[in-house]
Order: sequence, then structure tokens, then C-alpha cells
Amino acid sequence: MTTTVVTGVGVAAPNGVGTEEYWRATLAGQSGIGPIRLFDASPYPVKLAGETGLDATAYIPGKFRAQTDHMTHLAMSAAVMALADAEVDPAEMPEFDMGVTVANSSGGIMFGQRELQRLWSQGPTHVSAYMSVAWFYAATAGQLSIRHGMKGPALVLASEQAGGLDAVGHARRQIRRGTPLMVTGGSDASLSPGGLAFQIATGMLSTHDDPARAYLPFDRDAGGYLPGNGGAILILEDAAAAQTRGAPGCYGKIAGYAATFDPPGDDEGPATDVRAYDPPRGSGRVPRLRRAAELALADAGISPAEVDVVFADAWGLPGPDLEEAIAITELFGPRGVPVTAPKTMTGRLYAGGGALDLVTALLAIRDQIIPPTVNVTRQAPGIDLDLVLAEPRPHTIRHALVLARGLGGHNSAVVLTAPTTPLRNPQRSER
Amino acid sequence: MTTFTIVKLKEIMLSTADGAGLELEGDFLDKPFPDLDFDSLAVLELATRVQQDYDLTIPDEAVAELTTPRDVLDYVTRRLGESV
Repeated sequence: MTTTVVTGVGVAAPNGVGTEEYWRATLAGQSGIGPIRLFDASPYPVKLAGETGLDATAYIPGKFRAQTDHMTHLAMSAAVMALADAEVDPAEMPEFDMGVTVANSSGGIMFGQRELQRLWSQGPTHVSAYMSVAWFYAATAGQLSIRHGMKGPALVLASEQAGGLDAVGHARRQIRRGTPLMVTGGSDASLSPGGLAFQIATGMLSTHDDPARAYLPFDRDAGGYLPGNGGAILILEDAAAAQTRGAPGCYGKIAGYAATFDPPGDDEGPATDVRAYDPPRGSGRVPRLRRAAELALADAGISPAEVDVVFADAWGLPGPDLEEAIAITELFGPRGVPVTAPKTMTGRLYAGGGALDLVTALLAIRDQIIPPTVNVTRQAPGIDLDLVLAEPRPHTIRHALVLARGLGGHNSAVVLTAPTTPLRNPQRSER
Repeated sequence: MTTFTIVKLKEIMLSTADGAGLELEGDFLDKPFPDLDFDSLAVLELATRVQQDYDLTIPDEAVAELTTPRDVLDYVTRRLGESV
């Protein structure tokens, strides 16, 4: 079967814009979480988040900037980086040989809120015509397709934090169907006053005011998560086509992908309640997150013993943390595999989160080092993971498993495998 | 009486592209919008901003007839004249 490889990556994250800047910060344990500055968050119980200091003018022409929300700026900027990294000039490639599948879950909520405020305060003639294309989930996929002249399949997937993995799984499918190059990944920018209020309503956000204590997945003090704005883009290619065009090398293969979906819980809890996750307790069925991981490993043709590191979803709530820890422990045994959650330095980026974890895992494979989980100190009762805490850990990595869960019942898993030949120039992203 | 000038037109056109990336020098007035990298949505946004700044209502059918910057200049000048 066709081998799908990653030939370029780009990152716009709260703790670093640019792949190498982000990677340096991540290995150094530098967090991008801090007080919300995009608006006055003082009236809200949640005052911390991961904001990305992106200079969109450095990456995006004025016309596209004006027509799009911050969430699209994040993805478009990361796409520029990723295409340059892969040494792809879209203008030189047949337009139907390139497609776009990106994930998104919060839509252009900053843009949307601004225009809705104009609608209700000044009237319909004061609403920007760009509102029509800026706010909806598919805006980013469409604008990437238009800007780079990519006329192959173009699609958006909305499965919250699982979206970044689902997009990459779908992009691999398009490559197998015959599109040689896909731009994929995801981005989200959920931080507007309205956007924050919607998230607070789930009851899952941390209201802690200390950035070092607010988001502590797997810790006995876990009390919710913090959201972040950000995204990552990957260039996926058919390995043979990449070689033919003279691609500079690859970061790794998309070796396995699977997704499962949880049924609603048996109880009558609200739809957003985390009780909706995994089969009803005591039902005897295999938890769906574990099932997604097993299916992804089977798809990659490897056993759990061959996995060298797990990038956890790391929700930051006691119930979901325990469920994920159990799924990992059942697959790998107690402390059977190193586990990490660098998202403790960015917050949960929703559609951008899974995509960023994939890029992070590929960089871990490139440099043979596992980035740390920060701030977590004492695992909660019942959780017995080999968490990589505080400091990065040098480690031989051939296969990495990335897990993600999205609100509403999405579980996704991707297996990444080291390239058979290393990158031609391992530090090419420095350019 | 309020007037609509070329300077103001250029200012609004630039604002639809975040102030950058448009070539609005020389004889741009008679160039079709697509030649100025102005798609149909950008023309709609241009009309929206004119509506806001001049308190006009421009019907969609009228927007469809605006194919060059000069069309906009002439249309707005005429409408402002009517409203005096």
C-alpha cells in the first residue's frame, strides 16, 4: 500500500511561533500559559489561557488577513512554514495534485463576536461582508485552498480536540486515493469573551489563578484544563511522489490511524458531561479510547511492546485522566511506556492540539528525545504512568502513539514511525 | 455637501485588504476589479464600508453593476448628490 510521509511541518503555538522556536521552548519546559490579554477577562472565573503572539503580517497577504479570523491566521501561517519546510512551491505543482484537510472546532469566534456586536449596536449595514466567510469551520480549509491554488479535495473536520488527528487520518486516505500531496493539521482560536463563556459553561475549565497549578493532568490536584489559541500544519505526501519531486526528506510515516466514538452515557447527564465518555462503567466492554489505540497499532502492524512513547490526551479532569491512564496501563502495563503531555505548556488547543502533538512527536523522533510534562508532580490515586516530568528524557524512539479525545465522544489515535532514511538536513527548519 | 473623492476611495479599498497588498497607483480607476485582485466578496465589502461611512444603502443589484473603481466613484457621487 501507499506509504504516507510527513515532509514539512509548521507551528504557531502559545509557547513559540515557528517550529524550532516552539521545540526549543518545549524542551526547556517554557510554558505559554498566562493571564488572558486579548480582552478583559477580569469578570470571568477563568483568567488564564495560552495565547499565541503571531504576527500575521509576516506570513499572510493583506487580502487574506482581512477576510479571515485569528484561527485561520494561525493555520495559514503554519502552512507557509510547512510548505517552505517541505520545499514545496504550490505554483509549480499541478493544482489537482494538492488537497487540504484541516480540523477546526471553535470557528472564527473572535471575528464573529466583533461583527455580531456591530449588528446589534449599529445595524446590519455595519456588518462586514467578510463575516460570510470568516466565521465558519470550513473557512480555513477554503482559504488555504484558494491561497495556494490547491484544487484537490478540500475538507474540514470538527471533532474538537480529536480533530487534528482525524484530519491527518483523512488526509492519508486522500493520498491513498491518489492525491499526491495534502496540507493537513488544525487550528483553533476560541478566546473571545463569548468563546470563553461558552467553554466555561462546560464546567471543565480550571479556575485556578496560578499558571503553574491550573492545568495538571494525571495529578492528584487536577481540577480542569485551560484552553489555548494555536495550531500546527503538516505536509503529507505519497512517499514515492515525494522522492520523485526531490523532497528534502521526511520526519516520519503516518503508520496507523483509528477513531472510535463513544455512545451517550446511560445516565441523563447533560450532553457536555464527561460521563458520556467510554462505555458505561461495569458494562464489560473495552473502553473506546483503548480500542482506538489498539486499532491504530493494528493498522500500523505493530504490537504495544514496539511503542516507544505515548503522547497523552491529558484532559486535566480526574475522571477522564483516570480513564486514559487505565487505557494506557491496560495496553502497556504499569509504567510500561514513557508518557508525556507537552500541552501542559500550551493549554488544550482543540483542533490545533492533536496536530501540534503530532508535530511534537515527529520532532521527538527526529531528535530522539521526549519533551516533558510540566507542573505535574504527584499522580492521582489509581494512576501509575511513567510520566516524563519536568525534564526532557533522551530516548530511542522508533514508534510514537498519539492519543486525543474530543468533547462529544471522539477518541482518535495515530501511530508515527521514524523514517527509514533520516532527514537530508535535520536542522533545515532553522532557515 | 459630502463628497466622495479618489483619495477616500483608495483608503476604503485598502481597508478591505487590511491596508496592504493592493496596487492602487496610476490608472487603477478603470481597471476591472479582478485585475486589482479584488474578488466579488471584496467588492461587497467595499460597498459595505461605503454604506457605513456615507450612511447610504446600496442595493445588491447596484453592487453587481460596479465593475471598476470608477463605477464606485460615479455611483456614490451620484447618490450623494441625490440625497442633498
